[in-house]
Amino acid sequence: MKAYQRKLDIKNGCVDLSHGSGGRAMAQLISGLFHEAFGNEWLARGNDQSAFDVGAGRMVMTTDGYVVSPLFFPGGNIGSLAVHGTVNDIAMAGARPLYLSASFIIEEGFRFADLKTIAESMGEAARAAGVHIITGDTKVVERGKADGLFISTAAVGVVPDGLDLSAENARVGDRVLISGTLGDHGVAIMSKRQNLAFETEIVSDSAALNGLVAGMVEAGGAGIRLMRDPTRGGLAATLNEIAQQSSLGFHLQEEEIPVKPGVAAACELLGLDPLHVANEGKLVAIVAPEVAGAVLAAMRAHPLGRDAADIGEAVADDHHFVQMATSFGGGRIVDWLSGEQLPRIC
Amino acid sequence: MKYADEFRDKEIALGLARTIRAETDPARPYRFMEFCGGHTHAISRYGLEDMLPKNVRMIHGPGCPVCVLPAGRIDMAIRLAERAEIILCVYGDLMRVPGSQGASLLKAKARGADVRMVYSTIDAIRIAEENPEREIVFFAIGFETTTPPTAVMIRLAEKKQLSNFSVFCNHVLTPPAMQNILESPDIRNIGRVEIDGFVGPAHVSTIIGTAPYEFFAEEFGKPVVISGFEPLDMMQAILMLVRQVNEGRHEVENQYSRAVTRDGNLRAKEEVSDIFELRDQFEWRGLGQVPYSGLKLKRTYATYDAEVRFGMNELRVDDNPACECGAILRGVKKPVDCKLFGTVCTPETPMGSCMVSSEGACAAHWTYGRFRDHQQRRAS
Repeated sequence: MKAYQRKLDIKNGCVDLSHGSGGRAMAQLISGLFHEAFGNEWLARGNDQSAFDVGAGRMVMTTDGYVVSPLFFPGGNIGSLAVHGTVNDIAMAGARPLYLSASFIIEEGFRFADLKTIAESMGEAARAAGVHIITGDTKVVERGKADGLFISTAAVGVVPDGLDLSAENARVGDRVLISGTLGDHGVAIMSKRQNLAFETEIVSDSAALNGLVAGMVEAGGAGIRLMRDPTRGGLAATLNEIAQQSSLGFHLQEEEIPVKPGVAAACELLGLDPLHVANEGKLVAIVAPEVAGAVLAAMRAHPLGRDAADIGEAVADDHHFVQMATSFGGGRIVDWLSGEQLPRIC
Repeated sequence: MKYADEFRDKEIALGLARTIRAETDPARPYRFMEFCGGHTHAISRYGLEDMLPKNVRMIHGPGCPVCVLPAGRIDMAIRLAERAEIILCVYGDLMRVPGSQGASLLKAKARGADVRMVYSTIDAIRIAEENPEREIVFFAIGFETTTPPTAVMIRLAEKKQLSNFSVFCNHVLTPPAMQNILESPDIRNIGRVEIDGFVGPAHVSTIIGTAPYEFFAEEFGKPVVISGFEPLDMMQAILMLVRQVNEGRHEVENQYSRAVTRDGNLRAKEEVSDIFELRDQFEWRGLGQVPYSGLKLKRTYATYDAEVRFGMNELRVDDNPACECGAILRGVKKPVDCKLFGTVCTPETPMGSCMVSSEGACAAHWTYGRFRDHQQRRAS
């Protein structure tokens, strides 16, 4: 007996309220679209949860929500972004990400074809990062109650022995490394906003950083004090957070901070500071000076760290300022972003 | 970045800094007011203060249109936006400007007002075309630079016969504000602060030209150097001011000659004078009522004037009495002299005009320069 009378009409069909009601339509959507895209042994068993073995060592867990607008942007979509962002939160602990969950809140009328593209991007991103999406949930809300699609995720990973990365670990004299050019994601998103559309060849840097991190951990070990991915609020927010949490300040060299010319030009035009613009495939590492060279070399050896740079150092500062020597020859503070630069960037 | 990096070159900057240092007389102060927020922002963002001798002091003027917009005008806009039929289109930096009692357009939007951020006047026209059943009001704000686009928009609305479109006009003029500062008792009578010269507006001057400043140079005996917004432009303009002061000259000089002429943009000026006329006076946050400093739509264009169309009443709100913005805008006080600075007044919760936009004197100092206060304290 066939479980479902008719196949999902992926090409022309769309999600309606019945796909969230717990009935046959929902089961068909889950197995026909999500299981297909994520394809793994855990989902195939069709349970409300998935069991997995816990290895030795410490585990890390994270959760994240995705409401990006537009859903499709140059260099990715909400699906790939959700996997990359979640994997990166785990990887920033120096950990190896293992399993993800994904929950979908879908507005009725959302096209199956778009949902399929997004689910397939998630599956692809997960496979590329070596993680599995092993449990999920689907809800459908009335038209106007969600902007197309929201995704929320969670993930677990394991931390290698001897590693304890944390925001309060930075020490005076530590070096500040970044893995590449700043602001790509934010500018790519902005270029597609309805009221702001402009032509640019910039694509989002959305990427899973666990491979890059593995190489860094191998090179720097416990000399890596902490890592962060500078997403919303950009590098400025990330370094200000760390300065507060580690009770010190930073001195940066603007000349060393890589920014693509297209990003610099877009920021110039829009009156934005690239240091405040979001990234989705970059990391900041605060490392002990004695391993900085080795970690930087390991970063540059990885495709996602090709443009990695040493941009400054941690200094003693009771006010926890992030200061920067400008390329022009003066000095200034790199402050938190005030207010919202641009909502719903991830 | 082509056409930008050339004006941010470190070596040339250091050369200019050396020349300024060599030519300034250490025995006398040089106090220059940069009128424009764009200049204030450039000084802070590129750290220009670090490159100038200690006796060259930059005074941050009132040239940020968002900053000087009085709270009452924000309250008026909020009242308008709360009407169900209205879509209010605003530039993004207006969203957080405080009205009375902590109100802002951002908060009004959260409570259900239809306030939309736009990046150009064309967006507002498009929204009007897409929503024929709603009333679209564009919150027009800015100095002489942004007035011509508003004029063009009104022409476009006329051509497209849009009957659901109007403008809440808050355009202001630069020369009356400069005059107001120079005539204020602080400066003219009491002599508490001397201004030795002006860095004249960049973009504003592309429209109005350099001629309108000739009056100041003459009447008040102050040199004016029109300067571009790039950091090298500013360094060069400062050097030109230093030379005028040293030589006892008070002329209008044009550093920004790649964009500014004596007569300005005639076409733009014509469009503006066709559609707008002077208000008898207009309130500036921090400066109070300034005669003939604001524009409104001419009666022939009243149908596009939101104040007429919706019978908007003028609202007045007093600034916080502890706020020193007025004195800071005239150069009489520095941001750190204000009790509110950095305590209750920060870019997240601005109390006064100077903290409102990143181009304001207090916000620029807070965001980019406050580390210097601590350095100075340590040094003394």
